[in-house]
Amino acid sequence: MANTPEDLSYTKDHEWLRVKGKSATVGITDHAQKQLGDVVYVELPKIGDRFETSEPFGSVESVKAVSEIYMPVTGTVVEVNESLNDSPEQVNEDPYTDGWMIVIDMENPAQVDALLSAAEYEDYLKEEASE
Amino acid sequence: MLKRTPLYESHASLGARLVDFAGWEMPVQYSGPIAEHLAVREAAGLFDVSHMGEVEVVGEGALELLQNLTTNDVSKLADNQVQYSALTNPQGGVIDDLLVYRINATHFLLVVNAGNSDGDYDWIKDHADKAGVTAYNLSSAYALLALQGPRSEEILQGLSDHMLDRIPYYWSQRVHIDGVDTRVSRTGYTGEDGFEILCSPENARHLWNRLLITGRDLGLLPCGLAARNTLRLEAAFRLWGHDMDESTTPLEAGLGWIVKLQKGNFIGGDVLAGQKAKGLSRKLVGFEMQDRAPARDGYKVKIGGVEIGSVASGSPAPYLKKNIGLVYLPIEHTAIGTELAIDIRGRDVPARIVETPFYTRKKKFD
Repeated sequence: MANTPEDLSYTKDHEWLRVKGKSATVGITDHAQKQLGDVVYVELPKIGDRFETSEPFGSVESVKAVSEIYMPVTGTVVEVNESLNDSPEQVNEDPYTDGWMIVIDMENPAQVDALLSAAEYEDYLKEEASE
Repeated sequence: MLKRTPLYESHASLGARLVDFAGWEMPVQYSGPIAEHLAVREAAGLFDVSHMGEVEVVGEGALELLQNLTTNDVSKLADNQVQYSALTNPQGGVIDDLLVYRINATHFLLVVNAGNSDGDYDWIKDHADKAGVTAYNLSSAYALLALQGPRSEEILQGLSDHMLDRIPYYWSQRVHIDGVDTRVSRTGYTGEDGFEILCSPENARHLWNRLLITGRDLGLLPCGLAARNTLRLEAAFRLWGHDMDESTTPLEAGLGWIVKLQKGNFIGGDVLAGQKAKGLSRKLVGFEMQDRAPARDGYKVKIGGVEIGSVASGSPAPYLKKNIGLVYLPIEHTAIGTELAIDIRGRDVPARIVETPFYTRKKKFD
């Protein structure tokens, strides 16, 4: 069973968002990393890049496949997890801590309300699994 | 409805992730593709490849039939010897690649790709009927396990009285393994030493479990299709449907060594002879990415900004720790060292043509 911390917000594309005031940290969920398998490369944007909600901001490559990572809310990148260049396996090992991807400055923090809570995300995973 | 191998329950109970592969519900990974890949390079791995098809051809004309259908020279085989070969169409295109086992002079066993097995059988049977040879589609009568890696012999020897070191590369034997009647060949699709073990479906689970238990302390891991793909790509073994198909010839695919034109006529042989005489206009080459991003199947390949091909197989290579791939290119662009650009989501990423295989194992007696 995938791990889903209570204090985060989630998307149906399997990203998580940790909000702190106007800034938010973004990564992919435990479920997502399990589906991908061994991550070998993470392509991340540059600091200063701006993305709208649902726009791809990077990609995660596992041995088997590549999948894009989507912006949970509109914002500008203010920090990038450079350590993923040398240790992309952190995405598998600690998807919610060391495996974070970017920190953004949110344009409209109210957009967070539209994201899924941990319980809603877990329900969504169950629905997906039963399909 | 997806087909399942006799080992389906074993995979599920080991926590494998199962995917649809050529209509089969197959394990893509257990512990993870990198760990599984490394286990095969450094110790051993066990694969369920029971989805592969088996066709047997029996009769006085069996040898002649196979000489006509396949590119390699079947007359060179002794009893129990195995040969890598290709079925070609009249245009010289690859219908499938396969292993040909000579059981005896009038009985051959063919192991073919899962997705092609019904088509291959129809093709073979059609020609067999005309030649008075009997062809049997025995795909569901066999389970097939692949035990691969440098410690394979040690693991298998623990379960058999047969002296396995007397089975040379590309030979097979009827062998009892833990009391189970099997045909073991020293073959595989990983670039390592190892065995492929044919047995009846009823015995597959027993053998699978016994091998896992016997090999556990020697580093054996159950391995899925993801590791199978990265292992074969490091060894530059071609994958049908990616690196060759009915529109590419074995010569273009770099399999000239299994095309024996001097053996006499065979289906597509005249086209291959012509191609050989005239020279190829394209061929499959290996490349290595010069950047961290892996190339994937279908990515566009360019030289000097001009698109000249697309990636046939591309993947991270877990043992080599590089990103590698195979691509068909016009012959004038196939020199080793040629600089390529691979379009990765709109970005031109540098790559370079390199020698294949990417990985060669150290031989036991080197």
